[in-house]
Amino acid sequence: MSIDIVNVTKRFKTFTALDNVSLRIPGGQLVALLGPSGSGKTTLLRIIAGLDWPDGGEVRFDGQDALARSVRERNVGFVFQHYALFRHMSVFENVAFGLRVRKGADKLPDAAIREKVNQLLSLVQIDWLADRYPAQLSGGQRQRVALARALAISPRILLLDEPFGALDAKVRKELRRWLRNLHEELPVTSVLVTHDQEEALELADTVVVMGKGRIEQVGSPQEVYDTPATAFVHDFIGESLSLPARVADGALYVGARRTALDTQGLGEGPARLLARPHDVDFAEPGTAPVAGRVLAVRTFGPTTRADIVLPGTNGDVVVEAAVPVGARLAVGSEVGLVPRRYRVFPAA
Amino acid sequence: MTLAADALRTTTHPAAHALASEGLNTHAGALPARRPGPTNSEPKAVRIAIITVALLFLGLFIALPLISVFYEAFKRGWLAYVAALVEPDALAAIRLTLLVAGISVVANVTFGLVAAWAIAKFEFPGKSLLITLIDLPFSVSPVVAGLVYVLLFGSQGLFAAYLQAWDIKIIFALPGIVLATLFVTFPFVARELIPLMQEQGTAEEEAAASLGASGLSIFFRVTLPNVKWALLYGVLLCNARAMGEFGAVSVVSGHIRGLTNTMPLHIEILYNEYQFVASFAVASLLALLALVTLIAKTLLEARLVEDAQ
Repeated sequence: MSIDIVNVTKRFKTFTALDNVSLRIPGGQLVALLGPSGSGKTTLLRIIAGLDWPDGGEVRFDGQDALARSVRERNVGFVFQHYALFRHMSVFENVAFGLRVRKGADKLPDAAIREKVNQLLSLVQIDWLADRYPAQLSGGQRQRVALARALAISPRILLLDEPFGALDAKVRKELRRWLRNLHEELPVTSVLVTHDQEEALELADTVVVMGKGRIEQVGSPQEVYDTPATAFVHDFIGESLSLPARVADGALYVGARRTALDTQGLGEGPARLLARPHDVDFAEPGTAPVAGRVLAVRTFGPTTRADIVLPGTNGDVVVEAAVPVGARLAVGSEVGLVPRRYRVFPAA
Repeated sequence: MTLAADALRTTTHPAAHALASEGLNTHAGALPARRPGPTNSEPKAVRIAIITVALLFLGLFIALPLISVFYEAFKRGWLAYVAALVEPDALAAIRLTLLVAGISVVANVTFGLVAAWAIAKFEFPGKSLLITLIDLPFSVSPVVAGLVYVLLFGSQGLFAAYLQAWDIKIIFALPGIVLATLFVTFPFVARELIPLMQEQGTAEEEAAASLGASGLSIFFRVTLPNVKWALLYGVLLCNARAMGEFGAVSVVSGHIRGLTNTMPLHIEILYNEYQFVASFAVASLLALLALVTLIAKTLLEARLVEDAQ
């Protein structure tokens, strides 16, 4: 089922959570809404679910107006951030809830409910926990119960709010892969909210990067990482080395230094130079476009990073650069930096 | 006998205890190396002295009066005791007390649930005012509460003309007693539920709604079961207070024997007439109620921890 979001705006008193957001999610995809806290991603998810109402705009499921339907009529599976399992019900009853509250012609006989719940519990691999209560489960198990419960109503749309946020790193990785497989098996469109870029990049078909109530970029994980559309996306996704710069008379200035770097078609005015730490080479201080002093060198595992202080026009800037294997940098020494791949954006 | 109810009223919120101790537990779990050590490092003599003082105090002010109630009640033997209880005026007082308590509990459960639901699950203007109003009966003397109803509904009261025209009797009748009791017991259920419901938040209700449950279904399948022990606890306190209330009821009742006398009022009248055995016999019933309440309360407190988890 495809989801269309058209010019959706949502304000909480004076705070604008969503500012004229439009997004098309094709049916069957797994889409990640990625952004820092306060970017409006959870609000957008709740509006899709019908738990919040937009101040303006449209939400359509397969072209049909979804805003005309309340949350209980939308048949959307929602997995809550802290799972929101019914604490006084067993795992079995939690999963059965959506089937038990059905009325009239949709009501299932008890045997059918039993069968469906058992099916779901084996699908999420926790059939042996059916009689336990939520308080007796681990985080990962609760997550699976929450998912089984959401799937019980056979939703065409599955919404997940920070599904792995409360789990430790190892369980998180395992569940992530498992969720990806589950999505492939089911005829659902999944939308996942996360602030964890690694999670979004690894899991999603399409990543929607959000910041301050707006969509900054929509693209495949590869696209948003390799060709960020804005300085915000560059900063937020992956690691960035960021330098204040300026475009004047057709050249890029970093600090007071005129460099041979490409302005990438940017007009005159303040700018920002952004590069990935591993896309920056070390060079002789005299010849490089940027030079500074090594502040600290840190090694973790196979990678070595150096903090380098660069004199800027508005005070010093500290950047982090990847040190190539085998190279030795002395703390306090002068070093030049040559960005191999970089992007130039207008300064915000 | 309002003493027992007063003692109940001042106990701290058990859910808060549960949360506090749970917080400590998780903390200790995260830092297994730093378990809180014993804090009673005082010398043994000091400890014994403190405990003795506490026990003496308890015995003198709680246990001794309680024992003396039963002692006085049974002073002339079983027959006199039973006779005092089956006497028509005593029976009428017991019946009236049960009726008033029953109405108050039902009314306060309804109100308490609605108010707690509204306060805990929704944002609306005037919310803090409502919370303050719910607490009002705690800070107003019960006698004043009774007087307010006399001023409103009495024969010189604000609504006297209307009440006379429709031939409705409130003061010196059952409605007045119920109103006064309601006013006094008003906060018990709501106060018990609000913090718990606020703590539990609205996520489970939202989950239920997303699974297709109707508002009513959500309330009875999710919200109510989540607060059932706290609700029962509130009912218990509300009931104890409703049965034991003296001041507010005394002002509006008119003390008509066999008609508007509740048990506490009946006890006072008997006592003033020097019928000590009869007076203490009825009092022993209220004391028994207090004991039962205490036991039920202790049992419930363990369950409240479940709610808060």
